[in-house]
Amino acid sequence: MRMLEAVADVVAAGCLLTGAFLCLTAGLGLLRFPDVLSRMHAGTKPQVLGVLLVMVGAAIRLHGWSATWMLLLVAVFSLLTAPVSAHMISRVAYRRRHVRRDLLVVDELHTGAPGRPAGKDGPVGDEPADARPSGGPG
Amino acid sequence: MTVVSVLAYALLAAGAVLALVRLALGPSLLDRVVATDTLLVIISAGLAVYAALERDPTLVPVLVVVALLAFVGSVSIARYVGGMLLESATGDGRDVGLPVAAEEREGRS
Repeated sequence: MRMLEAVADVVAAGCLLTGAFLCLTAGLGLLRFPDVLSRMHAGTKPQVLGVLLVMVGAAIRLHGWSATWMLLLVAVFSLLTAPVSAHMISRVAYRRRHVRRDLLVVDELHTGAPGRPAGKDGPVGDEPADARPSGGPG
Repeated sequence: MTVVSVLAYALLAAGAVLALVRLALGPSLLDRVVATDTLLVIISAGLAVYAALERDPTLVPVLVVVALLAFVGSVSIARYVGGMLLESATGDGRDVGLPVAAEEREGRS
């Protein structure tokens, strides 16, 4: 039984250290990457994998099922909410032109020439999908 | 476990300081949103590391609250900026008070 606890402690320490290292890489990526989308790519690493690893480590170390279930709740919640908030932030970032277009490999939202008014030959691509049509009232 | 705790706290603190630097530098509101999100995640990871190392389960409900808060904060700011874009007649939000986009200010787009 002592042997089992020692092994569990080593596994938990490995999970905690890997999660903390992922948080460091997130900070480095946030500082060094060029635009909002790539910073978000770096910043979401600890949000999913890092938090999952830290939660696994904490669930191994903590005794009692209530703590384990609550940690599982946090992990599931971060898995569910990370794509939602990333989608909303990146959509607004594209519309606000906080994206380095010259660094994009594929730009599927950009369907027209830059700077052309939207609405005549279809959407330019970076206006909101529910925007008022140009020339209309309002 | 002392070595593990020192190492884990050092890594988390370095990540949090780097996220704070990005939060201060900007340049745009959405960069700050992403940095705040990452900072809250690092804080909750730090709380979980403390709970694990001290075998102290009293901090675990705080993790739920912090995770909820990070999601609600970033989504509400994104909705706010998107709503300002919908209000603006020029489409880029300049006429309703948003600053000029970072890519246009730096002359690369």
